[in-house]
Amino acid sequence: MDFLRPTTWAEALAAKADQPDAVPVQGGTDVMVEINFGVRRPVALLDLTRVAELGTWTSVDGRHRIGAAVPYSVIIDRFGGELPGLAQAARTVGSPQIRNRGSVGGNLGAASPAGDSHPPLLAAGALIEAESRDGGVRMIPADGFYTGVKRNALRPDELIRAFHMAPATGPQYFSKVGTRNAMVIAVCSFAIALHPGERRVGTGLGSAAPTPRRAAEAEEFLAKELDWAAPLAPALLDRFGELCARAASPIDDVRGSAAYRRHAVAVMARRTLSWAWHDHLGRRAA
Amino acid sequence: MRLTCTVNGREETVEDVWEGESLLYVLRERMGLPGSKNACEQGECGSCTVYLDGVPVCACLVAAGQAEGRRVRTVEGLAEGDRLDPVQEAFVECGAVQCGFCTPGLVVQAHDLLARVERPSDAEIREALAGNLCRCTGYEKILDAVRLAAERKASA
Repeated sequence: MDFLRPTTWAEALAAKADQPDAVPVQGGTDVMVEINFGVRRPVALLDLTRVAELGTWTSVDGRHRIGAAVPYSVIIDRFGGELPGLAQAARTVGSPQIRNRGSVGGNLGAASPAGDSHPPLLAAGALIEAESRDGGVRMIPADGFYTGVKRNALRPDELIRAFHMAPATGPQYFSKVGTRNAMVIAVCSFAIALHPGERRVGTGLGSAAPTPRRAAEAEEFLAKELDWAAPLAPALLDRFGELCARAASPIDDVRGSAAYRRHAVAVMARRTLSWAWHDHLGRRAA
Repeated sequence: MRLTCTVNGREETVEDVWEGESLLYVLRERMGLPGSKNACEQGECGSCTVYLDGVPVCACLVAAGQAEGRRVRTVEGLAEGDRLDPVQEAFVECGAVQCGFCTPGLVVQAHDLLARVERPSDAEIREALAGNLCRCTGYEKILDAVRLAAERKASA
């Protein structure tokens, strides 16, 4: 096994271009588990922890551009106010030790349907900045990033540089079902983001389909039916839950049954919309 | 490959490290530091918690090569000579040790908490230790020990 240790982004891209089979490793919270258990024997590990740029963040066109390696602990400390949905999800990741190492970039690279950061990225309409030496930069909407179970839209020579997310313009919530508070892989999860300026609601489902995905029909329903000045009608809330559950195509596995997941998605969809709506009306009244 | 890093204040070099092995394996099997425990190898149990450049991490999830040139501090590096760290003393006094397997990880993690938060609430202690499993379920005494260590450090 080769161990490649680029110290700049350009070197990292060159290494990936020259050896597309190399597996990028940052916090190691997924990759090292697979190696420890002999599930994976990559021909090369591409250690990105020396590429300083990946751990930094800036503002671009009013959006946050957050380096792929910024750990969850920093997302929680620095972005709890402006990216509340993502920060909520980050707080549910693993344990303090895992949050010190794990990153959104790593979550995106692994592309597990159960990854905690995916639903809030989908609900907020995040963009993923991918780059390769020969192909340059590509901005991939989160909605088009997940292509299958643990598969994503990256080309073999591409690496994830950053993700871009606008500061929240409305309430955002994340909800996750698990057997305890810490160290839980989601049985299923749900994120919601209100975009009051556009009269639009974004959604994201986790661990409820082969990939993280939006509940597109549910979003369209709200865009059409929601009165942004009025309390939520119970019938509308129920219908929203149903449509979110219908967007799921879950499986039975050790963490939960498909029927339970479908049910729980509907419950989480109703709850998160109720929480967000409570905040939304509160802000209007203030 | 060769690996050089600073462990508990001393520069250490080991040869013939396999590229896929973990920092935990290097510490235990190549450097003779068995304090950090190997239990789950998947970051679930916290028994291998060490400081890497001052940040607590699961050593089983750090690729050995990622520690090149970095500072590692293990449970062996908390005491000063024969003088135990206040966290270690409190664990002994409170009987926060049953089989002892989870203890090193809990001690390092509690050490980090008390370095950041002078008087942690019970909720903060529980959150900080949420990634450290004690299969003897001796959590009450562990909480007692962290409270005692916090008290002593704050009034010292």
